[in-house]
Amino acid sequence: MSVSVDRDQAFLSAVSRVADEFAAPNADAVDRDARFPSETIDALREERALSAFVSPELGGGGVSFAAIAAGCRELGRRCGASAMVFAMHQIKVISVARHLDGAPWFEDYLRELADEQRLIASVTSEVGTGGDMGRSIAAVTATDHGTCTFEKKAPTVSYGEHADDLLVTLRRAPDAEPSDQVMVVVHKDQATLEQVSSWDPLGMRGTCSPGFVVGAEFAPEQVLPTPFPRVMSETMVPVTHILWSNLWLGIATDAFDRARAFVRAAAKQKPGETPPAALRLSHLMSELSLLRAEVGSAQSEFVEICDEPGRERLSEMATALRFNNLKIAASEQAPKVCQGALGVCGIMGFKNDTPFSVGRHLRDTMSASLMIANERIHHTNASLLLIAKDV
Amino acid sequence: MTEEIRQIIADHGRLSVDAAGLAPDADLYHAGMTSHASVNVMLALEDHFDVEFPDRMLKRSVFESISAIEAALNELRAETPVS
Repeated sequence: MSVSVDRDQAFLSAVSRVADEFAAPNADAVDRDARFPSETIDALREERALSAFVSPELGGGGVSFAAIAAGCRELGRRCGASAMVFAMHQIKVISVARHLDGAPWFEDYLRELADEQRLIASVTSEVGTGGDMGRSIAAVTATDHGTCTFEKKAPTVSYGEHADDLLVTLRRAPDAEPSDQVMVVVHKDQATLEQVSSWDPLGMRGTCSPGFVVGAEFAPEQVLPTPFPRVMSETMVPVTHILWSNLWLGIATDAFDRARAFVRAAAKQKPGETPPAALRLSHLMSELSLLRAEVGSAQSEFVEICDEPGRERLSEMATALRFNNLKIAASEQAPKVCQGALGVCGIMGFKNDTPFSVGRHLRDTMSASLMIANERIHHTNASLLLIAKDV
Repeated sequence: MTEEIRQIIADHGRLSVDAAGLAPDADLYHAGMTSHASVNVMLALEDHFDVEFPDRMLKRSVFESISAIEAALNELRAETPVS
């Protein structure tokens, strides 16, 4: 127990240091230039944070899920895009680590990821599926010399150009149904990426997520034996929602901190008087508390379910509803907090070059309800609610 | 019971293949049943067999084949005291 607590603490203090020393000073430039936060990711590599979740037997850090989530939150406080890149990488690592089921290629892959601190991006969305991650068009296609290929049109591939490896969802075979999916990991040098759209978005600009046509030739062992629908419901969906929510909470927390700093500065100018903005700050605190409570309780529930033998509850519809709700609630609450902070700071928050600027925070969190669109999740929930009993 | 289940799947499962030719252990999701269609299958099963699937049964594996559905229904019926 104490070994794992020590590991978690060492990991978190390292990530917090990287957040302060690398993510914070570069956040404005990353945002302004829509460029990849390479200083932060390199510093995380130095700390071996990219393999933090991988088990020590495979050369990783053996850090707990809760610590990874806290790491996303800490990075989010300093640079939303850096936190998003880190979170997306961890989602892939956790998905592979929890479902490799002894597959030798994937064990070797995680060793390699730990040794070389390889960054993994995902090619999950696809043109023509309407944003449904549970369906694919592109398929694993066998060649006549024992290898496999695919070609997939992806509307967004976050940091695809900067990643070392790609995790791709595909139909199992050319004659498989759209929902009969598998997960494939390919090295970048096995793949070709042709960029087909630009990247000049409102927020999360440093994630560098234009569209690509991705193709690759790879060995059949690079197809994860566990079917993707299982990976998706047991790990990828809840882990995504929890890690994203944590980083949105981190961004909102920094926006709140800036609003508080603004109110303190105002109070110092007129000692003895409570500045009008202090009242707004009080309102804002309760909004932030709601966000924090939702993220914290969903995360605790997930950890609890994962500790149960067989993790049966992870595949139940009621559980899917639980984590879908987290995503909807957190993605709506985080920009609300950032906008509230803007209301506290006024013009000083609206300007991009003051200590109280919260424009980047607001823009970054506005991506939250679009990344896996909330309306799509509501459609899923509406269907699940017809049959789920105790939600 | 197998044939009743098969009929419900034919009516509500929106499979891309003919349900009449499905083996009892054939994977319904591989046969084209979507998550949304599976909810309609569950509702129809509850209605037809006058049962309620508890949350612990509401998961992919319980509805992935005719035989899995049959096992779940038998388990539910065994639990329900005959009045």
